Amino acid sequence: MRRGRLNPWDWFWLAMAAIYFLVPIYGTAEFSLETGHGHYGFGYYQQILQDPAFKDSFLLSLRLAVVTVIVSTLLMVPTVFWINLRLPRLRAIVDFIAVLPFVVPPITLGVAILHLFSATYNISSGPLYWLVARPVGWLNSGPQVLVIAYVILALPFTYRSLDAGIRAVDLQTLTEAAQSLGASWITVLWRVLLPNIRSAMLSAAFLTLTLVIGEYTIANIFLFSNTFPTYTAQKGADTAQQAAALAVISLLLTWGALLIILLVGRGRQTGIAGAK
Amino acid sequence: MAQTSGKQAAPPLRAIPRARLPLTWLPVAPFFLYIALFLFLPTVWLIVDAFKDNTTGGFTTANVQAVKDNYLQDYRTSIELSLVTALTGTFFGFFVAYAMVKEGAPRWLRPVLSTFAGVAANAGGVPLAFSFAATLGTTGVVTAFLKDRGLDMYQAGFTMQSLTGLAIVYTYFQMPLMLLVISPALDGLRREWGEAATNLGATSSQYWRWVALPILWPALLGAFVLLFGSAFAAYATATALLGSGVHLVPIDIGLVVNGDFSSNPQLADALALGMIVIIGAVMVAYALLQRRSSKWSRR
Repeated sequence: MRRGRLNPWDWFWLAMAAIYFLVPIYGTAEFSLETGHGHYGFGYYQQILQDPAFKDSFLLSLRLAVVTVIVSTLLMVPTVFWINLRLPRLRAIVDFIAVLPFVVPPITLGVAILHLFSATYNISSGPLYWLVARPVGWLNSGPQVLVIAYVILALPFTYRSLDAGIRAVDLQTLTEAAQSLGASWITVLWRVLLPNIRSAMLSAAFLTLTLVIGEYTIANIFLFSNTFPTYTAQKGADTAQQAAALAVISLLLTWGALLIILLVGRGRQTGIAGAK
Repeated sequence: MAQTSGKQAAPPLRAIPRARLPLTWLPVAPFFLYIALFLFLPTVWLIVDAFKDNTTGGFTTANVQAVKDNYLQDYRTSIELSLVTALTGTFFGFFVAYAMVKEGAPRWLRPVLSTFAGVAANAGGVPLAFSFAATLGTTGVVTAFLKDRGLDMYQAGFTMQSLTGLAIVYTYFQMPLMLLVISPALDGLRREWGEAATNLGATSSQYWRWVALPILWPALLGAFVLLFGSAFAAYATATALLGSGVHLVPIDIGLVVNGDFSSNPQLADALALGMIVIIGAVMVAYALLQRRSSKWSRR
Protein backbone atom coordinates (compact mmCIF):
# COMPACT_ATOMS: atom_id res chain seq x y z
CA MET A 1 0.00 0.00 0.00
CA ARG A 2 1.90 3.07 1.18
CA ARG A 3 5.20 1.37 0.60
CA GLY A 4 5.29 2.64 -2.93
CA ARG A 5 6.10 6.34 -2.93
CA LEU A 6 7.86 8.71 -0.63
CA ASN A 7 5.41 10.98 1.16
CA PRO A 8 6.25 14.43 2.57
CA TRP A 9 7.10 12.89 5.94
CA ASP A 10 9.74 10.67 4.36
CA TRP A 11 11.27 13.69 2.67
CA PHE A 12 11.14 15.55 5.96
CA TRP A 13 13.12 12.85 7.77
CA LEU A 14 15.60 12.51 4.93
CA ALA A 15 16.12 16.27 4.85
CA MET A 16 16.58 16.36 8.63
CA ALA A 17 19.17 13.61 8.35
CA ALA A 18 20.98 15.41 5.54
CA ILE A 19 21.12 18.65 7.53
CA TYR A 20 22.14 16.93 10.73
CA PHE A 21 24.93 14.97 9.08
CA LEU A 22 26.26 17.52 6.63
CA VAL A 23 26.23 20.69 8.72
CA PRO A 24 28.93 19.51 11.19
CA ILE A 25 31.11 18.39 8.27
CA TYR A 26 30.70 21.76 6.60
CA GLY A 27 31.20 23.57 9.90
CA THR A 28 34.39 21.69 10.65
CA ALA A 29 35.79 22.35 7.20
CA GLU A 30 35.02 26.06 7.35
CA PHE A 31 36.31 26.41 10.90
CA SER A 32 39.59 24.72 9.99
CA LEU A 33 40.15 26.99 6.99
CA GLU A 34 39.41 30.25 8.77
CA THR A 35 42.73 31.92 9.45
CA GLY A 36 41.50 35.33 10.55
CA HIS A 37 38.55 37.64 10.19
CA GLY A 38 37.11 36.67 6.87
CA HIS A 39 40.38 35.16 5.64
CA TYR A 40 40.76 31.57 4.61
CA GLY A 41 43.76 29.34 4.03
CA PHE A 42 45.38 26.00 4.65
CA GLY A 43 47.63 27.24 7.45
CA TYR A 44 46.36 24.84 10.07
CA TYR A 45 46.66 21.91 7.74
CA GLN A 46 50.25 22.86 6.99
CA GLN A 47 51.06 23.02 10.68
CA ILE A 48 49.69 19.53 11.20
CA LEU A 49 51.22 17.94 8.13
CA GLN A 50 54.60 19.39 9.03
CA ASP A 51 54.48 17.86 12.47
CA PRO A 52 56.49 14.61 12.27
CA ALA A 53 54.39 13.15 15.11
CA PHE A 54 51.36 13.29 12.82
CA LYS A 55 52.87 10.91 10.28
CA ASP A 56 54.40 8.69 12.93
CA SER A 57 51.15 8.34 14.83
CA PHE A 58 49.18 7.56 11.72
CA LEU A 59 51.70 4.96 10.59
CA LEU A 60 51.68 3.38 14.04
CA SER A 61 47.89 3.10 14.01
CA LEU A 62 48.00 1.73 10.50
CA ARG A 63 50.54 -0.92 11.52
CA LEU A 64 48.44 -1.88 14.53
CA ALA A 65 45.42 -2.12 12.27
CA VAL A 66 47.18 -4.35 9.77
CA VAL A 67 48.44 -6.68 12.49
CA THR A 68 44.94 -6.79 13.98
CA VAL A 69 43.50 -7.71 10.59
CA ILE A 70 46.06 -10.50 10.17
CA VAL A 71 45.54 -11.94 13.64
CA SER A 72 41.73 -11.72 13.37
CA THR A 73 41.74 -13.40 9.99
CA LEU A 74 44.03 -16.23 11.08
CA LEU A 75 41.91 -16.74 14.15
CA MET A 76 38.45 -16.41 12.66
CA VAL A 77 38.57 -17.96 9.19
CA PRO A 78 39.31 -21.51 10.44
CA THR A 79 36.83 -21.05 13.28
CA VAL A 80 33.94 -19.89 11.09
CA PHE A 81 34.81 -22.49 8.45
CA TRP A 82 34.81 -25.35 10.92
CA ILE A 83 31.69 -24.23 12.72
CA ASN A 84 29.77 -24.12 9.48
CA LEU A 85 31.14 -27.44 8.31
CA ARG A 86 31.56 -29.70 11.32
CA LEU A 87 30.50 -28.12 14.57
CA PRO A 88 27.17 -26.38 13.97
CA ARG A 89 26.20 -27.10 17.57
CA LEU A 90 28.86 -24.60 18.65
CA ARG A 91 27.27 -21.84 16.60
CA ALA A 92 25.10 -20.58 19.43
CA ILE A 93 28.14 -20.26 21.70
CA VAL A 94 30.25 -18.44 19.11
CA ASP A 95 27.29 -16.21 18.23
CA PHE A 96 27.06 -15.31 21.88
CA ILE A 97 30.78 -14.67 22.26
CA ALA A 98 30.78 -12.52 19.13
CA VAL A 99 28.27 -10.04 20.58
CA LEU A 100 30.14 -9.77 23.89
CA PRO A 101 32.47 -7.01 22.62
CA PHE A 102 29.35 -4.95 21.95
CA VAL A 103 28.17 -5.64 25.46
CA VAL A 104 31.41 -5.24 27.41
CA PRO A 105 32.33 -1.55 27.17
CA PRO A 106 35.80 -1.04 25.66
CA ILE A 107 36.94 0.83 28.73
CA THR A 108 36.01 -2.18 30.85
CA LEU A 109 37.83 -4.49 28.46
CA GLY A 110 40.85 -2.19 28.64
CA VAL A 111 40.86 -2.19 32.44
CA ALA A 112 40.40 -5.97 32.44
CA ILE A 113 43.29 -6.59 30.04
CA LEU A 114 45.48 -4.29 32.14
CA HIS A 115 45.36 -7.04 34.75
CA LEU A 116 47.37 -9.28 32.45
CA PHE A 117 50.21 -6.85 32.08
CA SER A 118 50.25 -4.05 34.56
CA ALA A 119 52.74 -4.14 37.38
CA THR A 120 50.23 -2.46 39.66
CA TYR A 121 48.20 -5.65 39.66
CA ASN A 122 51.09 -7.73 41.01
CA ILE A 123 50.95 -10.24 38.22
CA SER A 124 54.39 -11.56 39.06
CA SER A 125 53.09 -13.23 42.18
CA GLY A 126 50.36 -15.29 40.54
CA PRO A 127 50.38 -18.49 38.51
CA LEU A 128 49.11 -16.43 35.62
CA TYR A 129 52.50 -14.87 35.33
CA TRP A 130 53.78 -18.18 34.02
CA LEU A 131 50.69 -18.93 32.02
CA VAL A 132 50.14 -15.60 30.33
CA ALA A 133 52.34 -12.70 31.27
CA ARG A 134 55.67 -14.40 30.70
CA PRO A 135 54.99 -15.92 27.29
CA VAL A 136 53.48 -12.74 25.97
CA GLY A 137 55.48 -10.44 28.19
CA TRP A 138 57.36 -9.01 25.25
CA LEU A 139 54.05 -7.60 24.07
CA ASN A 140 54.04 -5.25 26.97
CA SER A 141 57.17 -3.51 25.76
CA GLY A 142 55.24 -1.40 23.25
CA PRO A 143 51.96 -0.48 21.62
CA GLN A 144 51.67 -3.94 20.05
CA VAL A 145 49.99 -4.96 23.31
CA LEU A 146 46.92 -3.10 22.05
CA VAL A 147 46.40 -5.66 19.29
CA ILE A 148 45.23 -8.14 21.92
CA ALA A 149 42.29 -5.93 22.77
CA TYR A 150 41.69 -4.82 19.19
CA VAL A 151 41.20 -8.38 17.96
CA ILE A 152 38.44 -8.72 20.55
CA LEU A 153 36.89 -5.36 19.65
CA ALA A 154 36.91 -6.37 15.98
CA LEU A 155 35.42 -9.79 16.68
CA PRO A 156 31.75 -8.90 16.03
CA PHE A 157 32.59 -7.37 12.64
CA THR A 158 35.00 -10.10 11.60
CA TYR A 159 32.70 -12.89 12.67
CA ARG A 160 29.56 -11.42 11.12
CA SER A 161 31.12 -10.70 7.72
CA LEU A 162 32.97 -14.00 7.50
CA ASP A 163 29.97 -16.00 8.64
CA ALA A 164 27.70 -14.27 6.13
CA GLY A 165 30.29 -14.89 3.41
CA ILE A 166 30.72 -18.56 4.23
CA ARG A 167 27.01 -19.17 4.56
CA ALA A 168 26.47 -17.85 1.06
CA VAL A 169 28.70 -20.65 -0.25
CA ASP A 170 27.58 -24.27 -0.50
CA LEU A 171 30.37 -25.29 1.80
CA GLN A 172 29.45 -28.94 2.24
CA THR A 173 29.33 -29.68 -1.49
CA LEU A 174 32.46 -27.71 -2.30
CA THR A 175 34.44 -29.37 0.47
CA GLU A 176 33.29 -32.85 -0.45
CA ALA A 177 34.03 -32.21 -4.12
CA ALA A 178 37.51 -30.94 -3.31
CA GLN A 179 38.22 -33.80 -0.94
CA SER A 180 36.99 -36.45 -3.33
CA LEU A 181 39.49 -35.01 -5.80
CA GLY A 182 42.17 -35.58 -3.19
CA ALA A 183 42.52 -32.09 -1.73
CA SER A 184 43.88 -31.74 1.79
CA TRP A 185 42.25 -29.49 4.38
CA ILE A 186 44.83 -26.81 3.73
CA THR A 187 44.09 -26.95 0.00
CA VAL A 188 40.36 -26.76 0.69
CA LEU A 189 40.85 -23.70 2.87
CA TRP A 190 43.33 -21.97 0.59
CA ARG A 191 42.08 -22.75 -2.88
CA VAL A 192 38.37 -23.38 -2.41
CA LEU A 193 37.17 -21.41 0.58
CA LEU A 194 39.32 -18.27 0.46
CA PRO A 195 38.56 -17.30 -3.17
CA ASN A 196 34.87 -17.64 -2.37
CA ILE A 197 34.89 -15.43 0.70
CA ARG A 198 37.32 -12.82 -0.53
CA SER A 199 34.80 -9.98 -0.50
CA ALA A 200 33.62 -10.99 2.96
CA MET A 201 37.22 -10.94 4.15
CA LEU A 202 37.74 -7.54 2.57
CA SER A 203 34.74 -6.02 4.26
CA ALA A 204 35.83 -7.53 7.57
CA ALA A 205 39.30 -6.10 7.02
CA PHE A 206 37.93 -2.67 6.21
CA LEU A 207 35.75 -2.54 9.29
CA THR A 208 38.69 -3.66 11.41
CA LEU A 209 40.99 -1.06 9.85
CA THR A 210 38.64 1.84 10.50
CA LEU A 211 37.96 0.54 13.98
CA VAL A 212 41.63 0.30 14.96
CA ILE A 213 42.72 3.54 13.28
CA GLY A 214 40.04 5.38 15.26
CA GLU A 215 40.42 3.53 18.55
CA TYR A 216 41.06 5.90 21.43
CA THR A 217 39.74 4.33 24.62
CA ILE A 218 42.07 1.41 25.14
CA ALA A 219 45.15 3.21 23.81
CA ASN A 220 44.44 5.93 26.34
CA ILE A 221 43.91 3.45 29.18
CA PHE A 222 47.25 1.85 28.30
CA LEU A 223 48.82 5.34 28.24
CA PHE A 224 49.99 5.22 24.65
CA SER A 225 49.93 8.82 23.54
CA ASN A 226 51.38 8.16 20.10
CA THR A 227 48.59 6.35 18.29
CA PHE A 228 46.65 8.43 15.79
CA PRO A 229 43.56 9.10 17.97
CA THR A 230 45.52 9.80 21.14
CA TYR A 231 47.82 12.13 19.17
CA THR A 232 44.74 13.80 17.68
CA ALA A 233 43.24 14.31 21.11
CA GLN A 234 46.39 15.90 22.48
CA LYS A 235 47.03 18.09 19.48
CA GLY A 236 43.42 19.18 19.33
CA ALA A 237 43.45 20.22 22.95
CA ASP A 238 45.95 22.96 22.02
CA THR A 239 44.05 24.92 19.36
CA ALA A 240 40.47 24.49 18.31
CA GLN A 241 41.30 25.18 14.66
CA GLN A 242 43.99 22.53 14.52
CA ALA A 243 41.50 20.16 16.10
CA ALA A 244 39.03 20.91 13.31
CA ALA A 245 41.70 20.44 10.66
CA LEU A 246 42.64 17.10 12.24
CA ALA A 247 38.99 16.05 12.24
CA VAL A 248 38.77 16.84 8.53
CA ILE A 249 41.99 14.91 7.87
CA SER A 250 40.71 11.87 9.80
CA LEU A 251 37.46 12.01 7.89
CA LEU A 252 39.28 12.19 4.55
CA LEU A 253 41.58 9.33 5.53
CA THR A 254 38.63 7.18 6.56
CA TRP A 255 36.76 7.88 3.35
CA GLY A 256 39.91 7.35 1.32
CA ALA A 257 40.46 3.95 2.92
CA LEU A 258 36.81 3.10 2.30
CA LEU A 259 37.04 4.04 -1.37
CA ILE A 260 40.22 2.03 -1.88
CA ILE A 261 38.68 -1.04 -0.29
CA LEU A 262 35.51 -0.64 -2.33
CA LEU A 263 37.46 -0.31 -5.56
CA VAL A 264 39.79 -3.20 -4.75
CA GLY A 265 36.83 -5.32 -3.71
CA ARG A 266 34.92 -4.51 -6.87
CA GLY A 267 37.91 -5.19 -9.13
CA ARG A 268 38.49 -8.57 -7.57
CA GLN A 269 34.85 -9.50 -7.61
CA THR A 270 34.41 -8.98 -11.30
CA GLY A 271 37.59 -10.97 -11.76
CA ILE A 272 35.99 -14.09 -10.35
CA ALA A 273 33.09 -14.77 -12.62
CA GLY A 274 29.93 -15.44 -10.70
CA ALA A 275 31.57 -15.83 -7.34
CA LYS A 276 29.53 -14.15 -4.66
CA MET B 1 25.22 -34.61 10.34
CA ALA B 2 28.25 -33.40 12.20
CA GLN B 3 28.49 -36.62 14.14
CA THR B 4 28.27 -38.97 11.16
CA SER B 5 30.95 -37.09 9.31
CA GLY B 6 33.10 -37.15 12.44
CA LYS B 7 32.75 -40.92 12.70
CA GLN B 8 34.29 -41.51 9.32
CA ALA B 9 37.59 -40.21 10.51
CA ALA B 10 37.56 -42.10 13.80
CA PRO B 11 39.21 -45.49 14.20
CA PRO B 12 36.40 -48.08 14.20
CA LEU B 13 37.57 -49.82 17.37
CA ARG B 14 37.13 -46.81 19.63
CA ALA B 15 34.33 -47.51 22.05
CA ILE B 16 33.94 -44.08 23.64
CA PRO B 17 33.02 -41.43 21.09
CA ARG B 18 34.23 -38.65 23.36
CA ALA B 19 37.82 -39.74 22.96
CA ARG B 20 38.09 -38.22 19.49
CA LEU B 21 36.60 -34.87 20.41
CA PRO B 22 39.96 -33.08 20.73
CA LEU B 23 40.80 -33.61 17.07
CA THR B 24 37.45 -32.36 15.83
CA TRP B 25 37.84 -29.32 18.03
CA LEU B 26 41.34 -28.51 16.91
CA PRO B 27 40.49 -25.83 14.30
CA VAL B 28 38.36 -23.87 16.76
CA ALA B 29 40.72 -24.32 19.69
CA PRO B 30 42.81 -21.17 19.01
CA PHE B 31 39.67 -19.05 18.99
CA PHE B 32 38.37 -20.40 22.29
CA LEU B 33 41.82 -20.18 23.83
CA TYR B 34 42.14 -16.57 22.74
CA ILE B 35 38.72 -15.64 24.12
CA ALA B 36 39.41 -17.48 27.37
CA LEU B 37 42.79 -15.83 27.88
CA PHE B 38 42.05 -12.31 26.75
CA LEU B 39 38.35 -11.82 27.41
CA PHE B 40 37.05 -14.18 30.09
CA LEU B 41 40.08 -14.50 32.30
CA PRO B 42 40.77 -10.74 32.56
CA THR B 43 37.08 -10.05 33.18
CA VAL B 44 36.87 -12.62 35.97
CA TRP B 45 40.09 -11.25 37.37
CA LEU B 46 38.67 -7.73 37.30
CA ILE B 47 35.56 -8.88 39.16
CA VAL B 48 37.63 -10.66 41.80
CA ASP B 49 39.96 -7.68 42.20
CA ALA B 50 37.01 -5.35 42.69
CA PHE B 51 36.56 -7.12 46.03
CA LYS B 52 40.22 -7.03 47.02
CA ASP B 53 41.81 -4.68 49.48
CA ASN B 54 44.26 -2.28 47.90
CA THR B 55 47.11 -2.93 50.33
CA THR B 56 46.50 -6.28 52.02
CA GLY B 57 44.92 -8.12 49.09
CA GLY B 58 42.25 -9.56 51.38
CA PHE B 59 38.52 -9.66 50.67
CA THR B 60 36.73 -6.38 51.13
CA THR B 61 33.58 -4.63 49.97
CA ALA B 62 35.19 -1.24 50.52
CA ASN B 63 35.76 -0.58 46.79
CA VAL B 64 32.18 -1.34 45.89
CA GLN B 65 31.05 0.73 48.86
CA ALA B 66 33.21 3.62 47.65
CA VAL B 67 31.59 3.38 44.24
CA LYS B 68 28.17 3.41 45.87
CA ASP B 69 29.01 6.39 48.04
CA ASN B 70 30.83 8.59 45.55
CA TYR B 71 29.84 7.60 42.05
CA LEU B 72 26.13 6.74 42.13
CA GLN B 73 25.19 10.06 40.55
CA ASP B 74 27.63 9.44 37.70
CA TYR B 75 25.99 6.13 36.92
CA ARG B 76 22.64 7.92 36.85
CA THR B 77 24.01 10.54 34.45
CA SER B 78 25.50 7.85 32.21
CA ILE B 79 22.27 5.85 32.16
CA GLU B 80 20.17 8.94 31.50
CA LEU B 81 22.38 10.01 28.60
CA SER B 82 22.34 6.49 27.15
CA LEU B 83 18.56 6.21 27.42
CA VAL B 84 17.97 9.61 25.83
CA THR B 85 20.35 9.06 22.91
CA ALA B 86 19.15 5.49 22.38
CA LEU B 87 15.62 6.89 22.13
CA THR B 88 16.49 9.74 19.77
CA GLY B 89 18.67 7.41 17.70
CA THR B 90 16.00 4.72 17.47
CA PHE B 91 13.27 7.18 16.63
CA PHE B 92 15.17 9.31 14.13
CA GLY B 93 16.96 6.32 12.59
CA PHE B 94 13.74 4.39 12.16
CA PHE B 95 12.04 7.07 10.07
CA VAL B 96 15.09 7.69 7.92
CA ALA B 97 15.57 3.94 7.39
CA TYR B 98 11.89 3.58 6.51
CA ALA B 99 12.15 6.30 3.88
CA MET B 100 15.35 4.73 2.59
CA VAL B 101 14.03 1.19 2.07
CA LYS B 102 10.82 2.25 0.32
CA GLU B 103 10.58 1.09 -3.24
CA GLY B 104 9.81 4.58 -4.46
CA ALA B 105 12.98 6.06 -3.00
CA PRO B 106 15.61 7.25 -5.47
CA ARG B 107 17.95 4.46 -6.51
CA TRP B 108 21.13 6.16 -5.32
CA LEU B 109 19.73 6.89 -1.88
CA ARG B 110 20.22 3.54 -0.25
CA PRO B 111 23.85 2.78 -1.19
CA VAL B 112 24.88 6.35 -0.35
CA LEU B 113 23.06 6.42 2.98
CA SER B 114 24.16 2.99 4.11
CA THR B 115 27.78 3.57 3.16
CA PHE B 116 27.71 6.86 4.99
CA ALA B 117 26.03 5.20 7.98
CA GLY B 118 28.70 2.50 8.00
CA VAL B 119 31.37 5.13 8.41
CA ALA B 120 29.42 7.42 10.73
CA ALA B 121 28.38 4.60 13.07
CA ASN B 122 32.07 3.97 13.71
CA ALA B 123 33.02 7.62 13.59
CA GLY B 124 32.36 8.21 17.25
CA GLY B 125 35.51 9.36 18.88
CA VAL B 126 37.88 12.23 19.04
CA PRO B 127 37.32 13.73 15.56
CA LEU B 128 33.56 13.71 16.09
CA ALA B 129 33.96 15.72 19.27
CA PHE B 130 36.19 18.21 17.44
CA SER B 131 33.70 18.51 14.60
CA PHE B 132 30.90 19.45 16.92
CA ALA B 133 33.13 21.82 18.85
CA ALA B 134 33.89 23.56 15.55
CA THR B 135 30.19 23.66 14.67
CA LEU B 136 28.30 24.25 17.89
CA GLY B 137 31.08 25.27 20.27
CA THR B 138 31.33 28.80 21.69
CA THR B 139 33.10 30.04 18.57
CA GLY B 140 31.60 27.39 16.28
CA VAL B 141 30.41 28.09 12.78
CA VAL B 142 26.70 27.50 13.43
CA THR B 143 26.89 29.32 16.75
CA ALA B 144 28.37 32.35 15.00
CA PHE B 145 25.87 32.09 12.15
CA LEU B 146 22.93 32.13 14.56
CA LYS B 147 24.45 34.85 16.68
CA ASP B 148 24.74 37.13 13.66
CA ARG B 149 21.02 36.64 13.20
CA GLY B 150 20.22 37.53 16.78
CA LEU B 151 20.01 34.05 18.26
CA ASP B 152 22.61 33.53 20.92
CA MET B 153 22.47 29.85 21.88
CA TYR B 154 24.94 30.26 24.71
CA GLN B 155 22.95 33.15 26.13
CA ALA B 156 19.95 30.84 26.06
CA GLY B 157 21.80 28.40 28.28
CA PHE B 158 23.14 25.92 25.76
CA THR B 159 26.62 24.49 26.19
CA MET B 160 28.41 21.58 24.56
CA GLN B 161 29.45 20.46 28.03
CA SER B 162 25.91 19.59 29.03
CA LEU B 163 23.81 16.49 28.67
CA THR B 164 21.91 18.15 25.82
CA GLY B 165 25.16 18.94 24.05
CA LEU B 166 26.41 15.40 24.51
CA ALA B 167 23.11 13.95 23.35
CA ILE B 168 23.29 15.97 20.12
CA VAL B 169 26.79 14.66 19.48
CA TYR B 170 26.03 11.05 20.40
CA THR B 171 23.08 10.97 18.01
CA TYR B 172 25.63 11.38 15.23
CA PHE B 173 26.75 7.80 15.70
CA GLN B 174 23.57 6.44 17.29
CA MET B 175 21.28 7.23 14.41
CA PRO B 176 23.48 5.64 11.69
CA LEU B 177 23.83 2.57 13.91
CA MET B 178 20.03 2.33 14.03
CA LEU B 179 19.89 2.75 10.26
CA LEU B 180 22.27 -0.17 9.76
CA VAL B 181 20.57 -2.44 12.26
CA ILE B 182 16.95 -1.82 11.34
CA SER B 183 17.08 -1.78 7.52
CA PRO B 184 17.23 -5.61 7.17
CA ALA B 185 14.17 -5.88 9.42
CA LEU B 186 12.33 -3.27 7.37
CA ASP B 187 13.25 -5.18 4.22
CA GLY B 188 11.49 -8.15 5.80
CA LEU B 189 8.19 -6.27 5.92
CA ARG B 190 6.46 -7.74 2.91
CA ARG B 191 4.44 -5.52 0.71
CA GLU B 192 1.70 -8.20 0.56
CA TRP B 193 1.05 -7.80 4.27
CA GLY B 194 0.25 -4.15 3.80
CA GLU B 195 -1.95 -4.97 0.82
CA ALA B 196 -3.71 -7.72 2.71
CA ALA B 197 -4.37 -5.35 5.59
CA THR B 198 -5.76 -2.72 3.22
CA ASN B 199 -7.98 -5.28 1.51
CA LEU B 200 -9.37 -6.28 4.88
CA GLY B 201 -10.23 -2.64 5.47
CA ALA B 202 -7.40 -1.66 7.81
CA THR B 203 -6.35 1.96 8.06
CA SER B 204 -2.71 2.94 8.03
CA SER B 205 -2.53 3.22 11.80
CA GLN B 206 -4.30 -0.12 12.23
CA TYR B 207 -1.78 -1.72 9.91
CA TRP B 208 1.07 -0.33 12.01
CA ARG B 209 -0.58 -1.17 15.31
CA TRP B 210 -1.57 -4.75 14.50
CA VAL B 211 0.78 -5.90 11.75
CA ALA B 212 3.99 -3.97 11.21
CA LEU B 213 4.96 -3.04 14.76
CA PRO B 214 4.42 -6.52 16.24
CA ILE B 215 6.65 -7.92 13.49
CA LEU B 216 9.29 -5.23 13.97
CA TRP B 217 9.12 -5.23 17.74
CA PRO B 218 11.95 -7.71 18.41
CA ALA B 219 14.23 -5.90 15.95
CA LEU B 220 13.34 -2.50 17.43
CA LEU B 221 13.98 -3.76 20.93
CA GLY B 222 17.31 -5.24 19.93
CA ALA B 223 18.35 -2.04 18.19
CA PHE B 224 17.40 0.02 21.22
CA VAL B 225 19.50 -2.19 23.50
CA LEU B 226 22.44 -1.99 21.11
CA LEU B 227 22.19 1.80 21.01
CA PHE B 228 21.95 1.98 24.77
CA GLY B 229 25.11 -0.06 25.10
CA SER B 230 26.98 1.98 22.53
CA ALA B 231 26.17 5.26 24.27
CA PHE B 232 26.83 3.82 27.71
CA ALA B 233 30.29 2.65 26.63
CA ALA B 234 31.28 5.78 24.68
CA TYR B 235 34.42 7.28 26.12
CA ALA B 236 36.49 9.00 23.46
CA THR B 237 33.85 11.49 22.34
CA ALA B 238 32.93 12.42 25.88
CA THR B 239 36.52 12.84 27.01
CA ALA B 240 37.56 14.93 24.03
CA LEU B 241 34.50 17.12 24.37
CA LEU B 242 34.31 17.52 28.09
CA GLY B 243 37.75 17.02 29.47
CA SER B 244 36.74 15.86 32.89
CA GLY B 245 33.95 18.38 33.32
CA VAL B 246 30.87 16.20 33.17
CA HIS B 247 30.90 13.05 35.23
CA LEU B 248 30.18 9.97 33.21
CA VAL B 249 31.29 6.57 34.44
CA PRO B 250 33.75 5.83 31.60
CA ILE B 251 35.42 9.19 32.23
CA ASP B 252 35.65 8.36 35.94
CA ILE B 253 37.32 5.04 35.12
CA GLY B 254 39.79 6.74 32.82
CA LEU B 255 40.66 9.23 35.56
CA VAL B 256 41.11 6.53 38.17
CA VAL B 257 43.32 4.45 35.89
CA ASN B 258 45.61 7.16 34.52
CA GLY B 259 44.91 10.06 36.76
CA ASP B 260 45.93 11.16 40.18
CA PHE B 261 44.36 8.22 41.93
CA SER B 262 46.36 5.54 40.15
CA SER B 263 47.33 4.13 43.52
CA ASN B 264 43.94 2.45 43.69
CA PRO B 265 43.39 0.23 40.65
CA GLN B 266 40.79 -1.76 42.59
CA LEU B 267 38.52 1.27 42.53
CA ALA B 268 38.70 1.22 38.73
CA ASP B 269 37.80 -2.47 38.89
CA ALA B 270 34.79 -1.73 41.07
CA LEU B 271 33.67 1.06 38.72
CA ALA B 272 34.07 -1.22 35.71
CA LEU B 273 32.17 -3.94 37.56
CA GLY B 274 29.32 -1.48 37.98
CA MET B 275 29.21 -0.96 34.22
CA ILE B 276 29.19 -4.71 33.64
CA VAL B 277 26.33 -5.12 36.12
CA ILE B 278 24.23 -2.44 34.44
CA ILE B 279 24.82 -3.76 30.94
CA GLY B 280 24.13 -7.27 32.24
CA ALA B 281 20.83 -6.13 33.74
CA VAL B 282 19.86 -4.49 30.44
CA MET B 283 20.67 -7.70 28.59
CA VAL B 284 18.60 -9.80 30.99
CA ALA B 285 15.66 -7.44 30.62
CA TYR B 286 16.10 -7.64 26.87
CA ALA B 287 16.15 -11.44 26.91
CA LEU B 288 12.97 -11.56 29.03
CA LEU B 289 11.11 -9.10 26.81
CA GLN B 290 12.31 -10.91 23.72
CA ARG B 291 11.05 -14.22 25.05
CA ARG B 292 7.68 -12.72 25.87
CA SER B 293 7.33 -11.21 22.42
CA SER B 294 8.49 -14.35 20.62
CA LYS B 295 5.46 -16.14 22.03
CA TRP B 296 3.16 -14.34 19.67
CA SER B 297 5.44 -13.42 16.81
CA ARG B 298 6.89 -16.85 16.19
CA ARG B 299 7.26 -17.46 12.50
